[in-house]
Amino acid sequence: MQLGRVVGCVWATVKNASLEGYRLLLVQPLAADLRDTGKRLVCTDWTGAGAGETIYWVRGREASIAFFPDQPASDATIVGIVDSVHCAATKSKPARRQAERH
Amino acid sequence: MLIARVIGELVATHKHPSHEGAKILLVQPLNLDGSNRGDAVVALDAVDAGVGDQVLVTTEGFSAMTAVGRTQSPIDMAVIGFIDHVELVPGVA
Repeated sequence: MQLGRVVGCVWATVKNASLEGYRLLLVQPLAADLRDTGKRLVCTDWTGAGAGETIYWVRGREASIAFFPDQPASDATIVGIVDSVHCAATKSKPARRQAERH
Repeated sequence: MLIARVIGELVATHKHPSHEGAKILLVQPLNLDGSNRGDAVVALDAVDAGVGDQVLVTTEGFSAMTAVGRTQSPIDMAVIGFIDHVELVPGVA
C-alpha cells in the first residue's frame, strides 16, 4: 500500500462492463513527508474520497479484492482515507478535503 | 520480502473493514547499508511492530493477507517479522 492524494477525477463512458458504477480517481503518490513522489495514476475508489484528501491505496490483484465479491478490472484501489500520519518525517498534517466530493 | 524500518503510523477512520483493528504502519524499505531504498510504503502489522523496529515486509498480496489473518482482503503489504541481525557472507555478497 502507499500514501497518496486525490488530485482529480476520471470519466470513461466506454469501459469494461466490470467497471460500471465505479468511481475512477486520479491519485498522486506521496512520500512519508507527504511530498509528491512518482507519477500519478488512476485508482478505483472504495472510500468515497474527495479531491485534496490524503488516502492510502493498494495495488495489484488485491485492488480488485476490495470490492469482493465483485471483481472489477482494476489494479489500484483507494482503501482508506488518512486522518493523520504519526511520523518523524511528516511535519505537516494531511490536507483536509479542499473541494466538494465529485 | 524487504528489509525495512517502521517510521510511523497512520490513523484512518474511514477504511476498508478488513483493515479494522490492525495497525497501519508507515515503513521505509532499506538497503543493506541501512540507507533508504525508495519511498516509504504503507503496510498492515502482523507482529505488533512499533516505530524504530527493523522489520521484514512482504510485498505480495496472498502472503500479506495470510499473515494478517484476513483472506479476501485488499492488503498487499504486511510487516511479518522483526530482523535482529543480517549477516553477509564475505567473498560472496
